Amino acid sequence: MNYGIVSQEQLEQIDTILSSKLIKLGVDCVIIIDMAGNIITAKDNGESKYDVYSFAALAAGNFATVDAMAKLVGEAEFSLLFHKGQDSNIHFSKIDDELLLISMFGKDISLGFLRLNVVEAIEQIRKVWEGTNG
Amino acid sequence: MSFINLKEKVVQVKIVYYGPGRCGKTTNLEYVNRKFRDQIQSEMVSLKTHGDRTLFFDFLPFDMGQIKGYDIKIQLYTVPGQVKYNATRKLVLKGVDGVVFVADAMEKQREKNIRSLNQLHENLQAYKESIFKLPLVIQYNKVDLKDHGVPILPTAVLRKDLNSRLKVPDFEASAITGYNVAATLKKIISSTVVSIQKKLL
Ligand SMILES: Nc1nc2c(ncn2[C@@H]2O[C@H](COP(=O)(O)OP(=O)(O)OP(=O)(O)O)[C@@H](O)[C@H]2O)c(=O)[nH]1
Ligand SMILES: [Mg+2]
Repeated sequence: MNYGIVSQEQLEQIDTILSSKLIKLGVDCVIIIDMAGNIITAKDNGESKYDVYSFAALAAGNFATVDAMAKLVGEAEFSLLFHKGQDSNIHFSKIDDELLLISMFGKDISLGFLRLNVVEAIEQIRKVWEGTNG
Repeated sequence: MSFINLKEKVVQVKIVYYGPGRCGKTTNLEYVNRKFRDQIQSEMVSLKTHGDRTLFFDFLPFDMGQIKGYDIKIQLYTVPGQVKYNATRKLVLKGVDGVVFVADAMEKQREKNIRSLNQLHENLQAYKESIFKLPLVIQYNKVDLKDHGVPILPTAVLRKDLNSRLKVPDFEASAITGYNVAATLKKIISSTVVSIQKKLL
């Protein structure tokens, strides 16, 4: 799969999905990164001020580490990766072998509700992706 | 692999500093971080042990300005050099666009440089990349030690050991004084950007 170049049209479709599925629900910030730590796209609610580039590098490293640990204990992968804090939480979800969707959200949203919407968003994103790269 | 965002016209380029333990990879990035503050928008991220050895990586994003209307964002990484950390070295190499191989010019490090370069070759193969094709610059670091009476290898020897087959651009340097740190960086950026430019329309 060639994920190195994404068309403007694809990115716009993906941004629309992220906005309508996640940001509208109250998610503070959503980032799609690749496993090398590049940012594919980032959307926020206009208030959050994260250093997304450093965040992407750390998130890719974090995910890769957990993935490598899964293999060591004989798991194909750990499907849920979630960090819970006092005021904010981070949720990681794999879109495919190369892409990761990361959501940052506060205490107003439950994990179950978020996961439900992340799953739907990912299904739609996969379709956009397959549309031109499949 | 670099990521090109056609919508926002941003190109992200990943450059990794690779080399044996304590050869000066982190010191290279620290110098860049101090010297080019105005081109760096965020803090350097260092995942390290208490003894200041790199545990996972250092990360420094660096703005290059525009080429053909695209914003070039250079992401500098270092790997952990200690022998036991090869699994993490491999993770950091994922998606690499260009490599700076930092060799330690100290005489007693001769074998370690060679072993580290060989392992870079193997690690790249695991990603189906070739050390002979990927943009690469070699740096012979710590040449300042000569003035302090520490035995260092003549550059001709280092070259023969490390660069006789690769024949890539190489520099003597001192990451601690900054000598040729910027020259090394400029060279790897230009080689990498040239190889990526072919993808830009
Ligand atoms: N004299 C001299 N010392 C240097 C130079 N570059 C680095 N050092 C010293 O070498 C030691 C190791 O430097 P680091 O930059 O941490 O080495 P590293 O390659 O990042 O090491 P790892 O993270 O373990 O892989 C430090 O004490 C540095 O101050 C140099 O050019 N000259
Ligand atoms: Mg280091």
